[in-house]
Amino acid sequence: MTAGAIASNFDTARPTVSKHLQILTECELLEQEQNGREIYYHINAKKMKEVADFIEPFRKMWEDRFNKLETIMKKHKSR
Amino acid sequence: MEQKTRIRAEDGRQELVITREFDLPLELLFKAYVEPGIVEQWMGTKVLKLENKKHGSWQFETTDAQGNRYRWNGVIHEFAPNRKITRTFEFEDMPFGVQLEFLEFEQLTDGTSRLSMHIVYESVTHRDQMLRIGMAQGMNMAHNRLQDIASKSE
Repeated sequence: MTAGAIASNFDTARPTVSKHLQILTECELLEQEQNGREIYYHINAKKMKEVADFIEPFRKMWEDRFNKLETIMKKHKSR
Repeated sequence: MEQKTRIRAEDGRQELVITREFDLPLELLFKAYVEPGIVEQWMGTKVLKLENKKHGSWQFETTDAQGNRYRWNGVIHEFAPNRKITRTFEFEDMPFGVQLEFLEFEQLTDGTSRLSMHIVYESVTHRDQMLRIGMAQGMNMAHNRLQDIASKSE
């Protein structure tokens, strides 16, 4: 997608969207492709997954704890 | 699969927010944080002390499979039943620093509730270190499971 096409999906001002795209590109979460005068942005799925994977075990740890809490308290309620 | 537990950890900030919606009335969710016997069950830890009041303190202890004992503790700054707990959290004898936790409990419907845990760390480095511990624990659990399966197949 071009920056303009992306920006049209948000209420945010165009320069703000550009700034966000710039940061996401610096973090390698987006990749740029020059096509004539236009720049197309692509999602870097591999990098996205890397970022998600960093938090995922921590999230999973809490998810397991909270699932346990829910199960225990449901039994507690029916007592 | 739907993820019930969400974590918001923005880059370069020394805090994170964990949110979870429970299929439980608010009172039961709060009770799970207050009654030592129940805390022990879902946290998988021993509760040495849990004083649910302002200026109260708490201390938990866990023993791992190798018999190593770990303790953590903190002070309760605010205790508002069915609404909010503000407390500190610190691992004993570990260089992780102390963290400040804001636990907010909210009723959604008669039978559902939400918990939001806002945790503030000493620095961005401390926060990322804690996230990595989560990763290490996840790896450990995976290894333990692997070991269980492996030893059963022997």
